[in-house]
Amino acid sequence: MKDKIAEKLLLFIAFSAIGSLLLITFFIFQQGIPLIFKIGLSNFFSMHWSPTRGQFGILSMIIGSLMVTVGALIVGIPFGLACAIYLAEFSSKMVQKTLKPIIELLAGIPSVVYGFIGIVILVPFIRTHFGGPGFSVLASSIILGIMILPTIVSISYDSLVAVPNTYREGSYALGATKWQTVVKLLIPAARSGIVAGIILGMGRAIGETMAVIMVAGNALKIPHSILDSVRTLTSTIALELGYATGDHRAALFACGAFLFIIITILNIIAIRVTGHRE
Amino acid sequence: MTFRIGPRTSQIIAYIILLLMTIITIIVLFFIIGYVFKNGFAQLSLEFLFDKTREMGKEGGILPSIIGTLFVTVLAVIIATPLGVGSAVYLVEYTGGGLLRRIISFGADCLAGVPSIIFGLFGFIFFVIQLKLGWSILSGSLTLAVMIIPTIIRTSEEAIKAVPLSYREISYSLGGGKLDTIWKVVLPTSLPGILTGVILGIGRAIGETAAVIFTAGSSLGMPTSVFSSTRTLAVHFYILAREGISMEKAYGTATVLIIIILFVNFVAYRLMHRFMERYY
Repeated sequence: MKDKIAEKLLLFIAFSAIGSLLLITFFIFQQGIPLIFKIGLSNFFSMHWSPTRGQFGILSMIIGSLMVTVGALIVGIPFGLACAIYLAEFSSKMVQKTLKPIIELLAGIPSVVYGFIGIVILVPFIRTHFGGPGFSVLASSIILGIMILPTIVSISYDSLVAVPNTYREGSYALGATKWQTVVKLLIPAARSGIVAGIILGMGRAIGETMAVIMVAGNALKIPHSILDSVRTLTSTIALELGYATGDHRAALFACGAFLFIIITILNIIAIRVTGHRE
Repeated sequence: MTFRIGPRTSQIIAYIILLLMTIITIIVLFFIIGYVFKNGFAQLSLEFLFDKTREMGKEGGILPSIIGTLFVTVLAVIIATPLGVGSAVYLVEYTGGGLLRRIISFGADCLAGVPSIIFGLFGFIFFVIQLKLGWSILSGSLTLAVMIIPTIIRTSEEAIKAVPLSYREISYSLGGGKLDTIWKVVLPTSLPGILTGVILGIGRAIGETAAVIFTAGSSLGMPTSVFSSTRTLAVHFYILAREGISMEKAYGTATVLIIIILFVNFVAYRLMHRFMERYY
């Protein structure tokens, strides 16, 4: 009897995660979607964001988010993969044991700290050496690139280590060098894990808010160079939610709904690619 | 005559490049933490830690934010732990694979990838406005609880899975029921692993900004109940830095924040390490 009640109770609790996810989806959509229908898709996906005049076009922010995300991947992928390959294939057990937790520590540092380092070091550096306001696509890309490193490193590392040793032995037996083995054999074998790491990193970059607000400059126009100021979907939500009312607030929820759809698609791809953890 | 790099040479070149890039990554990490500490340690004093915040943070200390962070985090963990651990227990002990298990895991995995600003939007509209909890410690911790549930589920699930089957069999053979076995054998054995998940959740909650600023607010007063608005350390640091109120105080606050988070993550790492050594 006690066991039966416990099982029912646990089943109920087990739905807390998926239940929360549904609740979040419901509220974000319920608040945002009616506005999209009210103003029309062509207004919503236009270039003009001017809440006081009832214009809620998010295209420039979509482009902004896309630019900083691509920038973050350009910074994050080479360094992330290099660390993962070095740790998994070229370093001793001792080095692995020390460096992996240190890189994972990067993931624990709050995003506001990255943004702050951006403000005090990176932005002035870009301003004096490359020109422009400093608050820019470049600054956001570098900060986001560093932030997504741990995700790419840990998932790629795990999938490289998971490649059976017989692969390596077979390759060495044929006279291949370690590097040839890595390029021709291990990376293709660990491909799905590496791709999943990159996709999750991408999701993290698109969704990051506070660090980007601090270094992006947030000007409402499409940047013409990587030294120009940029505004993302996330920073618009965070900058304006505090005072927005009525249609304006609904428009911010519509931004959130759009973001939510993109990120959920990325998550599902990542979960599919890795075939989950079982 | 074409110039060709031999496999030995390319191996050496690749090794050097990989090593350099790894070193750069590590240097960047130490640089970020070191730079904040270098400028922040001078700000630390008993007065800074235990004084009220004055003039929007230009003067005084950070005590209200420390207490606010403590309240929000503790409450979030109290709410999220039973839900996360309960889910993990159900996943491992009651579902034998199949659709139900896949749905529950999928929910946890998707929730883990939701960005914090979405949690902020959700918490704001649901807890603050619909449930009329206002900008308060309670709204903030409920939002954070939803955010850290997946971390706790995933870590606890691994920990519970690692408990050897023989432990359960012995308990059953001694006449223990399923619930007794879980309560008296499985949970105590997997406790260090479960604690790791809870501590990682604490770390994530302490460092969070976007989800908290729209749910707990940014009031600088000393919190008196779970319905008071509060400004957590991360939010206080964000406001100090972004509005340029006081760079000295921003460095000081960041130093406190990083020390707490490094400590929390270190404890989680040690616990996990010990647990893994015992069961894997």
